[in-house]
Amino acid sequence: MNDMSAIAKTNASAPTDAERDSAYVRIAHVTKKFGDFVAVDEVSLDIRRGEIFCLLGGSGSGKTTLLRMLAGFERPSAGTVYIDGVDMSTIPPYERPVNMMFQSYALFPHMSVEKNVAFGLEQEGQSRDAIQRQVGEILDIVKMNGFAARKPHQLSGGQRQRVALARALVKRPKLLLLDEPLAALDKKLREHTQFELLNIQQRLGVTFIVVTHDQEEAMTLGQRLGVMNHGRIVQVGTPSDIYESPATRFVADFIGSVNMFEGRVSDERTEGVRLECDELGAALRAERTVSCTLGATVWAAIRPEKINISRRPPPSADAGAPENSVRGVVREIAYMGDMSIYLVQLGSGKMVRVTLPNTTRGRERPIAREETVWLSWHGSSPVVLTE
Amino acid sequence: MPRLTQSTGRRLIAGIPTLWLLLLFLIPFLIVFRISLSEVRLAIPPYTPLIAWHHGKPSLELHGSAYSFLFTDSLYVSSYLYSLKVAAVSTLCCLLIGYPMAYAIAHARPATRTVLLMLIVLPFWTSFLLRVYAWIGLLKNNGVINNVLLYLGVIHQPLALLQTDFAVYIGIVYSYLPFMILPLYTNLEKHDPTLLEAAADLGARPLRAFLAITLPQSLAGILAGSLLVFIPAVGEYVIPTLLGRTDQLMIGRVLSDEFFENRDWPVASAVAILALLLLVVPIMLFQRLERRELESGA
Repeated sequence: MNDMSAIAKTNASAPTDAERDSAYVRIAHVTKKFGDFVAVDEVSLDIRRGEIFCLLGGSGSGKTTLLRMLAGFERPSAGTVYIDGVDMSTIPPYERPVNMMFQSYALFPHMSVEKNVAFGLEQEGQSRDAIQRQVGEILDIVKMNGFAARKPHQLSGGQRQRVALARALVKRPKLLLLDEPLAALDKKLREHTQFELLNIQQRLGVTFIVVTHDQEEAMTLGQRLGVMNHGRIVQVGTPSDIYESPATRFVADFIGSVNMFEGRVSDERTEGVRLECDELGAALRAERTVSCTLGATVWAAIRPEKINISRRPPPSADAGAPENSVRGVVREIAYMGDMSIYLVQLGSGKMVRVTLPNTTRGRERPIAREETVWLSWHGSSPVVLTE
Repeated sequence: MPRLTQSTGRRLIAGIPTLWLLLLFLIPFLIVFRISLSEVRLAIPPYTPLIAWHHGKPSLELHGSAYSFLFTDSLYVSSYLYSLKVAAVSTLCCLLIGYPMAYAIAHARPATRTVLLMLIVLPFWTSFLLRVYAWIGLLKNNGVINNVLLYLGVIHQPLALLQTDFAVYIGIVYSYLPFMILPLYTNLEKHDPTLLEAAADLGARPLRAFLAITLPQSLAGILAGSLLVFIPAVGEYVIPTLLGRTDQLMIGRVLSDEFFENRDWPVASAVAILALLLLVVPIMLFQRLERRELESGA
């Protein structure tokens, strides 16, 4: 699935360098308070023209409030939102060059599909012919042209989602805000719709800002992600930046699963750092430069798929003080079909999660529960985090 | 629970209101209908019997004279028309006053909402009759309103407020306003606020959004409230009698006069039957709308 989205992204009509550099949406030091509660805390963010930007965070992280401020439903307590260089502070929602797809879809229940989609164009006072033509076009794009006369309650969840998308796109906005666009769809439909959204975004050249709590949705849809926590943006980057080089323990833990080891910096050189980890019962060497002082407490994060599991000790373990390898006992194995998850208990009692792809069929004597195994990883795998 | 008991229980529960309607609505209606088809006579009861005996043979005695009489005297037709007009104007006033109030209550914060709803219902704690009498004290020539206006020098002669159409409208709108507000509130409170956000997002200014989204979705509430005001207002007796004109009667007053002063029960019954027919149309309309609402599964 990740491969497919990568292909889709490279096929995107390439914007010129100047366009790419211009921040289409600029969020400058925006804070939003509800009474004493700070929903959005000093957020600054630039979103480029034509990109798909995903705001990812748990519930209460402030991502939806930020989106609502872009749409104009909430006013920032402090700070400014610029869209295409224009200060949006005093511009009401109905005058913004923005359309939104609501999580609940917010289709007008007393209007037919056609009327729902035409609503935005009618507000512009376009002629009836022009409206009918554009409604027909957009319903073609979302493959809903056979349902123009239906009322929303006569549609399935997936069909409603398409109508909501059509209604938001029919005015050809430069910026489309999507609030949990796929949350109400079942898994099969979600994957299908994800790629359709990408496809439509590329055809129409719209800038998408997507709010989601689903990391998989964010990874497949977003060209860049902004991870939010407690009203702040914790990290902004491409999906692989965020997955491979998380900036904080929160991000490492929120995106995908991770094994986290607390340790003290015992050696610090240009080619990497060495940590003493009590939980690991061994030394850990990370080939990454991080600014940390000797003796400081830091955390090493290792993704489950970056750990090898074997019955024989790795060569490095033969030397007296083993680095990046540790012995443990397999406690649980979950067979997922395409891969297996092993839960390995170390001497300290710490559980480590390891995933292995099942690349060959009927491998000779697979590793079983309660077997003693060696875990090892390459020095490039751990990410050292200071906060 | 065994199936038999279940269906018996269901029948029992449906049976009680059925019995109620049968005893207290259908049978009295049939009695009134039967009286309307007789002729007045000086006796107890004061109307001709349904079955007369001629030479030992029974014969059915049905007279249409009470009905035809209603159209010979312009009093009745004009009373019907006046009642419809008063009810229609009062309903419209209730709607115009009640809609913004219901809207405000539905959009108030939950704690405020409870207080506001309480205030709407509060007048019911005093007798309806007392409240209408209170309006006499406010509206009469040396009443509160005239005295205040005279004192302030706004007027030099007391205004004739009592025994006018105006006083009847005040009385009806004041008394029936809660019946407009409550169903409207119930309807408006259910509206999804994100629909208005969606309308704004698509470029609709607040007034346009109200007209295109809120108003059509509250039609059922408007109709329910209007019928709850209109139907009893047509037959209203107390308010026009206490506050209204003496030269133009409403149909409720005509009916009571026929019964108790003229003791012409057949004509009084015919007045009642015709008034009921006038109201059946809006009631049927109401039921059809309710059913449609249920079917659409809102």
